[in-house]
Amino acid sequence: MKTEYKIISDIIDKNSRVLDVGCDDGALMEYLKQNKDVDIRGIEISKEKVQTCISKGLTVLEGNAELDLKQFPNKSFDYVVLGQTLQAFVNPEIVIKELLRVGKKAIVTIPNFGHWKVRLNLLFKGTMPVTKALPNEWYNTPNIHMCTIKDFFKFSETIDFKIFKSLALINNNVSNINNSNLLTKNLFSELGIFLIEKSNEN
Amino acid sequence: MDNLNNIKTILIEKPLKLDCGKTINNFPLAYETYGSLNEKKDNAILVCHALTGDQFVTGINPVTKKDGWWSYAVGPNKSIDTNKYFVICANVIGGCMGSFGPSHINPETQKIYGTDFPVITINDIVNAQVNLLDYFGIKKLFSVVGGSMGGMQVLQFVSNFPEKAKTAVPIACTSSHSAQNIAFNELGRQAITADHNWSDGKYSSNKTVPDKGLAVARMAAHITYLSKKGLQEKFGRKLQERDALKFGFDADFQIESYLRYQGSVFVDRFDANSYLYITRAMDYFDLVKQFDGNLSDAFKNSKVKFFVISFTSDWLYPTQENKDIVIALNAVGADVGFVEIDTDKGHDSFLLNVPDFLKTLKNFLDKSYIE
Repeated sequence: MKTEYKIISDIIDKNSRVLDVGCDDGALMEYLKQNKDVDIRGIEISKEKVQTCISKGLTVLEGNAELDLKQFPNKSFDYVVLGQTLQAFVNPEIVIKELLRVGKKAIVTIPNFGHWKVRLNLLFKGTMPVTKALPNEWYNTPNIHMCTIKDFFKFSETIDFKIFKSLALINNNVSNINNSNLLTKNLFSELGIFLIEKSNEN
Repeated sequence: MDNLNNIKTILIEKPLKLDCGKTINNFPLAYETYGSLNEKKDNAILVCHALTGDQFVTGINPVTKKDGWWSYAVGPNKSIDTNKYFVICANVIGGCMGSFGPSHINPETQKIYGTDFPVITINDIVNAQVNLLDYFGIKKLFSVVGGSMGGMQVLQFVSNFPEKAKTAVPIACTSSHSAQNIAFNELGRQAITADHNWSDGKYSSNKTVPDKGLAVARMAAHITYLSKKGLQEKFGRKLQERDALKFGFDADFQIESYLRYQGSVFVDRFDANSYLYITRAMDYFDLVKQFDGNLSDAFKNSKVKFFVISFTSDWLYPTQENKDIVIALNAVGADVGFVEIDTDKGHDSFLLNVPDFLKTLKNFLDKSYIE
């Protein structure tokens, strides 16, 4: 997913303070450190992955984003990144609110459940979709709150945050999503990438 | 404890005002070093020992003739790599391995200090140790590292001297000694002082010593360093060199025999009054209170890079107490990493062969050193 890293990196300003929530093995953190010279921290639930991050010289906390974002003061980071994990939380709404409290801006990427392959899978097979991007069966998937790009737009209105930038990733090509092309992008994008901010602040 | 010839000491002439109000000066601080200090003097690691540790971190302890207490972690190519780093460890004041302590002779009475020795704190211990940096001409340590009471010293050290360390690794510790831990320490102290031989602390170390009381203190404490699961797996209900219960009070069970052994070897190397003083220093440790209830203030504007480590089966200094340190650090935007190591070995995990811990500690130090 190098393209995803590049897109995220392009959004982030040089020398900013970044928190990577669910930083996995720290690959994005390393990429951002190299390319944007950021002061970056990670939070990761898996002990093994935290240890991998430490072995790469990254500053990472073992923790659960749903419980452990609390400890960070308001706006303590310029950007908080949440890469393809929103759908795995018990309460995505609380997580998004916490991201927007802790970070001045947040970058959220979501695997798009509205992608045509997913839709066809359900339509013709009649079973929960299993695709390359979503390889798990319904009973063992960590993704308990899947959503589509369109859902994310609706979500922004419901819990009141501003989407500054929305990008679609289709076969490693990046394009903008806007109101006029939303339906097509929702059908063809594998991944949605959003730069968001709290609504009542600038 | 007679074989104290191999001990290096510095004499601290400068007066040190203790938290209890008394001032001490011209007192010895015993230390040991491993590896060599580089030309830039930027490769020094101060290791802080725990309650019953001493300055002999690794290799054979010249006094006890046993392996140093942190032989798993410190040595050539180990987590704290002595090929790379210059390791310094001081015996805490109040201790019994050469540093100024209750078994020293009080010049006024020509007798051992005993309980006339001033009560010392973790803050006093750290303020005494910092003299070693001046002695070696080190402006800034590469790291200050320690587990348990050693971790408390790490926290106090970076709070007192934020400019004197680049990184800090508090392991399996707390910022404020809990009621449960004070309770266990009190149990140990009561065992010692209830021993007739303790004689109000006026025993002389070459005559009768309160070895029964000190052994019981050690036995009780030793249980708290292990986990229920670890004990069950290692000992279960296995019997000690017998086929059946003997219906008496000898050590029927292996665990009983093990604890008795732990107690008996401990009294050969440790002074009962030192045990009283050092456990007291732990009990008095409350960095939260030192900063009027806000632990974050202890680390305000700190440029130190922290790495906090806890262990899943440590019920003496549980993960949550370690996490409280992390939370306080994050609240002031400090650079802090944290991991909880999965192990059944209890609080003692940091002293034992726990590969995930040893590897992670090494990775953190080696990566931070080249930054």
